[in-house]
Amino acid sequence: MKIIRIKELLKAKQYTEKNFDDKIINGAFASDLMSDVLTTNFYEESSILISGLNNPQVIRTAEMLDIDSILLVRGKKPTDETVAMAKENDIVLIGTEFNMYKSCGILYSNGVKGIINEKNKKLCLQNSEK
Amino acid sequence: MKKIKNYVYKIQKNDFTNAGKVSSEIKKTLKKIGFNKLIIRETAVISYESEMNIIIHSDGGLIELGIYEDKITLFIKDFGPGIEDIELAMTEGYSTATSKVRELGFGAGMGLPNIKKCSDKFIIKSNNKGTIIESTIFLE
Repeated sequence: MKIIRIKELLKAKQYTEKNFDDKIINGAFASDLMSDVLTTNFYEESSILISGLNNPQVIRTAEMLDIDSILLVRGKKPTDETVAMAKENDIVLIGTEFNMYKSCGILYSNGVKGIINEKNKKLCLQNSEK
Repeated sequence: MKKIKNYVYKIQKNDFTNAGKVSSEIKKTLKKIGFNKLIIRETAVISYESEMNIIIHSDGGLIELGIYEDKITLFIKDFGPGIEDIELAMTEGYSTATSKVRELGFGAGMGLPNIKKCSDKFIIKSNNKGTIIESTIFLE
C-alpha cells in the first residue's frame, strides 16, 4: 500500500516535508515498547512502525532496524527533535488521531499485513542471498 | 583470525539526550565497510540495547566494536553497580527500570534476552564493579 493511501485511510498528517506518497509499504508492526520492536528484527523492505511513542527513541529504533516509515497514533505529536532526527534519517513520519487498535484494523483490512517474524528468519536470509 | 579494525565508544550515565547515538555511528561504520544488511541490523540491535542498558542502569561505560575477517565482536563494559542476579535479569519481562525509562519506550525487560538472541556467542559477567558482555556475530 502506498503512503498516500495510508494517509487517506487514517486521515493522517505528515510531519516530514519530503514527498514519500508513492512509497510502497509491505508490512507493519505496532508497539509502544521499543524493546518489543527490537525483538522482531527481521523486517521486510519498506515496513511501517506504528507507535504511540513520540520521542526520538522511536526514530533511533527505526533506524537500527531499517524501518523507513513511522505512524504515530492516538494524536501523539512528535517533538522537534524527533522530527529533525526523522528527516536526518530519511524516515517518513506521519500521525493520526485514531488509536492503535483502529489504525491497525484499518490498515490490516486494507491489505497491510504484519511483518514476518523470527520463524521466517531462515527464509528471509535465503531470500536476501538470492 | 586477524582483527581488521577496532573502535571504542564511551557512553555516559543517564545521557538520555544522546541515547542511540553510538549505535547509529556503529551502524554507519558497518554500512561503510559493506556488511550484509541482516548482519548490520543484528549488530545494531545488540549495540542499541547495550547502549540503553549502560545509560539506564550503570555508572557509565563503553562499547568496543571489533571487526575481524570472520566475525564482528561487541565488547560491552560498564563501571558498576553490577547485576545482582544475572539469571533473573536474563528472564524476558524482568526489569528494574524506572517510569522515566518506560516513558522512553524501554524497560520492558527484553534488553539482555534480545542481546543474547541476536548474538551467535554471548558471554555475560557481573560483579559490584561492573558488567561485561562479550557478543560475537559470525559472518559465515
